[in-house]
Amino acid sequence: MNGSSPIQRIVSIARKEVLHILRDRQTLFMTLFFPIVELMMLGYAIDTNVRDILTVVYDQDGTQQSRVLVERFQNTKSFDIVRMVYSDDQLTEAIIRGTARVAIKIPANYSRDLEAGRPTTIQVLVDGTVSSVAGEAVNVSNALALRTSIEQGGQAVPAVEVRPVVLFNPDTRSPNFFIPGLLVVLCQMMAITLSANAIVREKEKGTLEQLFMTPVRAQELILGKMLPYFVLTFIEFCGIALLMTTVFQVPIHGSFGTLLIIAVPFVLTMLAWGLWVSTKVSTRDAAMQMAMGTVMPCIFLSGYVFPLDSMPRFFYWVAQVIPTTWLIDAARGVILRGAGWRELWQHCVILWAMTFAALLAGILKFKKQLN
Amino acid sequence: MAPRIPGEVAGQRITATLPPAPAMRDPSECIVDINEVTIKFGTFTAVDRVTLWLRRGEVFGLLGPNGSGKTTLIRALCGLLPFAGGTAQVLGRGVTEYAEQIRTQIGYMSQKFSLYEDLTAQENMDFYSGIYGLSAREARDRQGELVDRTGLKPYLNRRAGQLSGGWKQRLALTCAILHRPRLVFLDEPTAGIDPVARRDLWDLLFQLAAEDVTLLVTTHYMDEAERCARVGYIYLGRMLTVGTPDELKVLPQITPPGTRRLEILTHHETASMLERLRHRPGVLQATIFGQSIHALVEESRSLTDLGLDAHEVRPAEPTLEDVFVTLSRAAVQENGVL
Repeated sequence: MNGSSPIQRIVSIARKEVLHILRDRQTLFMTLFFPIVELMMLGYAIDTNVRDILTVVYDQDGTQQSRVLVERFQNTKSFDIVRMVYSDDQLTEAIIRGTARVAIKIPANYSRDLEAGRPTTIQVLVDGTVSSVAGEAVNVSNALALRTSIEQGGQAVPAVEVRPVVLFNPDTRSPNFFIPGLLVVLCQMMAITLSANAIVREKEKGTLEQLFMTPVRAQELILGKMLPYFVLTFIEFCGIALLMTTVFQVPIHGSFGTLLIIAVPFVLTMLAWGLWVSTKVSTRDAAMQMAMGTVMPCIFLSGYVFPLDSMPRFFYWVAQVIPTTWLIDAARGVILRGAGWRELWQHCVILWAMTFAALLAGILKFKKQLN
Repeated sequence: MAPRIPGEVAGQRITATLPPAPAMRDPSECIVDINEVTIKFGTFTAVDRVTLWLRRGEVFGLLGPNGSGKTTLIRALCGLLPFAGGTAQVLGRGVTEYAEQIRTQIGYMSQKFSLYEDLTAQENMDFYSGIYGLSAREARDRQGELVDRTGLKPYLNRRAGQLSGGWKQRLALTCAILHRPRLVFLDEPTAGIDPVARRDLWDLLFQLAAEDVTLLVTTHYMDEAERCARVGYIYLGRMLTVGTPDELKVLPQITPPGTRRLEILTHHETASMLERLRHRPGVLQATIFGQSIHALVEESRSLTDLGLDAHEVRPAEPTLEDVFVTLSRAAVQENGVL
């Protein structure tokens, strides 16, 4: 008769599993650590109160009173006036370029109208691509106008009227905001996991060992592997873009070709990133977990879900070094605002710089690991 | 009871056999020539001052326990690891400086089946043909030739993962020699395959040797070691001995002066007999071979002393296994605890 009871067997198995978990410190670390990181990001970076919306002001009036008004906009904390501009062209350019989400134009006759008791109108241009920001901007400027009007003395007709114009995404549809970002995030996930798996699979099977004995050089191996995945990621990119325009009815206002060209360094960066992940782990499961772990910060911090403008300074700067941030911004620029090279060349330069850094890190780490 | 360690009694210091005289080292004949090579991983010395040379067309067996440095040595000879000391020439060129050129002329088949299981046999061959830079025509001719030789033809369109162990090894060997390497490293090529497949593989290896290809084979099988022209035994990173199997068996430290080896036929109760024998004074080693026991005993002890009167006893030659076990124990003795 065997004396072992179910409980004993279960305990034995549980004990063995604990050993597995303890042996695999990396997985344990990631399992425990990443949810905490995500929690911190959700808790701190994500503030649904929209604040510090990047704003430019074109003050045609330039009087004491108009400056008071500008100050009031600033004091609401909703707006962060980053620049004064001096022409209508500069005003619209700031919005298309994405350096500002809101542009306030105070008419030349503002103070005169106010003194004369005539109603006056302030134009507020709002970038509608980020729907939550657009809504907040419109609401706060209306409230501000109302307050200013009341201070002017109760008249039947409000003294100061705000005329908000929502650009690019007039009905502030949320698919328009989310899908260009999703396009970028999905391709990022695909590129990272594909490239990480490609190397780890060979590690797991032992075929990598065999390859090192051949004349193949590390960089040849890497390039040979990246090439198909590069192509595959672009096919995916185009596929999602097609779904976006057809199923979700998000039209592309700019040139899709421009976007594709800007996406090249991004995809390369992600493939290099995957390569780096692959040097850190030895099984495909661990690679998957680690890839997802690195994708998470991108999702939360890149402006994909939560507007960058209202992030705390620290996370805002973190976002600037995440490649995803730049491509999402470029994608929204091209798709929603019709931006072109004039507005987006910086994105391209920054992404290429990141590509070189990532490739260098990935290849060096990979080569170092061979020895 | 503490195990008896023959080295203790024999009092012999095990030293590596001397490298061959310079006259024998005709550069065109010497395919691998390494001198005092040391390889370190951090503070751990994986290979410790190993000296070894391989002659053209030779089948050399490298033996040693797992973790003794066999694979490390092979990887180093492929130029994949930096040397902490010593010099190494492979195919007449310095390994460190010419690693890439050398890798185009060597083949490697690893202990695990290391081809792509999700690709067919043909696709695996095509892949390695490409890696080694064979032209389409060269690839077709060479693949055809090797497929004929190995009998892989019926399996070409099968996924490598679905092949049986023996066919996998043949495919792996084929892939490793597509580019007509002059030197092939085989790291436990026959681990886990059946005896028939093993013999077939060895036949292929001898065919290669006949074509002047030099083979360095690691193995744990003594019968395979016996097939090698020369064998080396590496233990704890040190090459304890190099020589032909026959040379090794007559090494003085294997059957030290004052001892002799016996084969005791036991028709039943072999295991209990072994146990009794191991406790007898004068018995230095004893191990079972089928229904007989091989023992190393002190020469001064008579059969009566050993309690073997009633048994059929005859003098025995040491086997290669005896050689390696004796050398390992002596090395442990010399170096202290493992």
